[in-house]
Amino acid sequence: MIGPEAIRIALQGLLANRLRSALTMLGILIGVGAVIMLVAVGNGSSAAVQQQIQSLGTNRITIMRNFGGFGSGGRRSTNGTQSRSSNLTAADVTALSDKSVAPDIKSVSPVANVQSVTASWQGATYSPSQFVGTVPSYFEAADYQIAAGRLFTSQDEQSHARVVDLGQTVVANLFGTANPLGQFVKFNSTSFQVIGVLKSKGTNGVQDQDDVVLAPLSAVQDTLTGYTGTYDQITVEAVSSGSMTSATNEITSILDGTHKITNAANADFRVLNQATLLAASTSTSSVFTTLLGAVAAISLLVGGIGVMNIMLVTVTERTREIGIRKAIGARKIDILSQFLVESVLLTMIGGLLGVGAGIVGSQFKVVGIQPVIATYSIPLAFGVAVAVGLFFGIYPANRAAKLRPIEALRYE
Amino acid sequence: MTKVYGLGEVEVHALRGITLAIERGDYVAIMGSSGSGKTTLMNIIGCLDMPTSGRYLLDGIDVRRFGDDQLSLIRNRKVGFVFQSYNLIPRTTALQNVELPLTYAGVPPRERLERARAALDGVGLADRADHEPSELSGGQQQRVAIARAMVGNPSLILADEPTGNLDSVSGDQIMEVVDRVNAEGRTVVLITHEEHVAARAKRVVRVADGLVVSDERRAPVAGAPPHLSGADTGIVEAAS
Repeated sequence: MIGPEAIRIALQGLLANRLRSALTMLGILIGVGAVIMLVAVGNGSSAAVQQQIQSLGTNRITIMRNFGGFGSGGRRSTNGTQSRSSNLTAADVTALSDKSVAPDIKSVSPVANVQSVTASWQGATYSPSQFVGTVPSYFEAADYQIAAGRLFTSQDEQSHARVVDLGQTVVANLFGTANPLGQFVKFNSTSFQVIGVLKSKGTNGVQDQDDVVLAPLSAVQDTLTGYTGTYDQITVEAVSSGSMTSATNEITSILDGTHKITNAANADFRVLNQATLLAASTSTSSVFTTLLGAVAAISLLVGGIGVMNIMLVTVTERTREIGIRKAIGARKIDILSQFLVESVLLTMIGGLLGVGAGIVGSQFKVVGIQPVIATYSIPLAFGVAVAVGLFFGIYPANRAAKLRPIEALRYE
Repeated sequence: MTKVYGLGEVEVHALRGITLAIERGDYVAIMGSSGSGKTTLMNIIGCLDMPTSGRYLLDGIDVRRFGDDQLSLIRNRKVGFVFQSYNLIPRTTALQNVELPLTYAGVPPRERLERARAALDGVGLADRADHEPSELSGGQQQRVAIARAMVGNPSLILADEPTGNLDSVSGDQIMEVVDRVNAEGRTVVLITHEEHVAARAKRVVRVADGLVVSDERRAPVAGAPPHLSGADTGIVEAAS
């Protein structure tokens, strides 16, 4: 009597106690829904972080001066002062651009950051958080794209053209709704012509990436920083995301050479790699996802204990019915399957509803994170729910099947 | 047969040595006060329980060597139970209650439905097929129970005080149905402590303290039950 017959009898049993069945299912529903939704939240937050990191430029490697090494005293420099050797220079850029030594480097962009710049246009003033003087290869390395107008070119850079590309935040603060293209904006006391507006990149989690002004390095050195022959940082683009590690190694060995570093602990530069950031954030967010999933799994387990509790009550309550069924010819397996099917049906229906609830719930933003449903979590949560029904149903069902008919019939 | 419950000092001798042969087609009333052992006797006859010593042969088969599942099968095929408290399954329609023994026997759904309807028709409740036990009177419930006992076509019907919970009018109606069951040739074993119910049987066995104290034949095994033989011949024909 396994199959449609057992399912029909079990359904009758469930319908006989609608409220109780519904509440038990609710326990499973919440468990399954929570697993799907919390895993989706964890997944969504890790996707968001990864997207932010990728918005910095996928294959971007940043070389910065290491102020910690500067003046630490223990390092011996063969000539000149320590401050000179701790600068990033045109020689470094040339060395890094040598394809035969650094085949994994696609482009090298020296960067000068201008501190505390105030921009003004027709009475409006604004201080952008970043004013970057650089070369055109930086656009690709840092993943800046044009929305209107044009990006400055190597020609602009060579001709020391006083032109700028503005981020959306700067445009909004300085121009409001007016068209900035072709306008002349004063940065401190120097006029630059706006030739382009950058596409919005959003925040990278720390910084508004649209609060930026990009200008040719030569013009910036002419007017704002003065020519020092050194750079604040060098942005390197690797040929592919797979060659990030080798590119990083090449940079380190080249700069060790130009900076005459013998002990890596004393290096006067730092190499920051997107891949390392990405890996760190991925491992953090997978811990986060696992934790959320574990909390949800506990609620699923609690739901399962609820199923067992209700099944035990049901078996006790229906002792007499079990006696009748046995008297008229039900075998152990018939009674066992009746109650087992009942508990599995409870968890299956609850599980299905939970999958629905989880999917619906994942459409809404949770604490600013757009959940992304992990496909594996749906069959996993549903499967665990059914297994929970089976596991927690076996004991009560077995207890029912083992009842002796004469005693069961006498039960009031 | 003997039946002893418990062990050592608390031993209860429910049956102290009963020998009883019931012929096919007989209509036996077992009478006795409570504690006389008649319920124990019925449990053994119905294969719900086993004698402590001695043998019980049902259709010539010694049931002692069977396991629980095989006993379930025997109850399903050979025995139909009618209980004092009807024992229908709640929140389940009359038809589904009657169908149940066939379900456990593995009869296919269509045939099951036909036979269950026929059995309900046989007790005059065809129009109540879709009612649940709580929507039926005591007498009607007991008739559904009889239909359930009969549907598997068993050779033995065991009725444990079938009229115990009914008023005399419904009780008489039920006993008429039981009479007809016997008239169809099925063996009926009836447990009662009411004389007028026992008077319908062909044989009355009195039990006291686990022993048979009297065994009286009132009508031949072959032939109609005493109350049915005279006036109600119409029903006999309709039933046979």
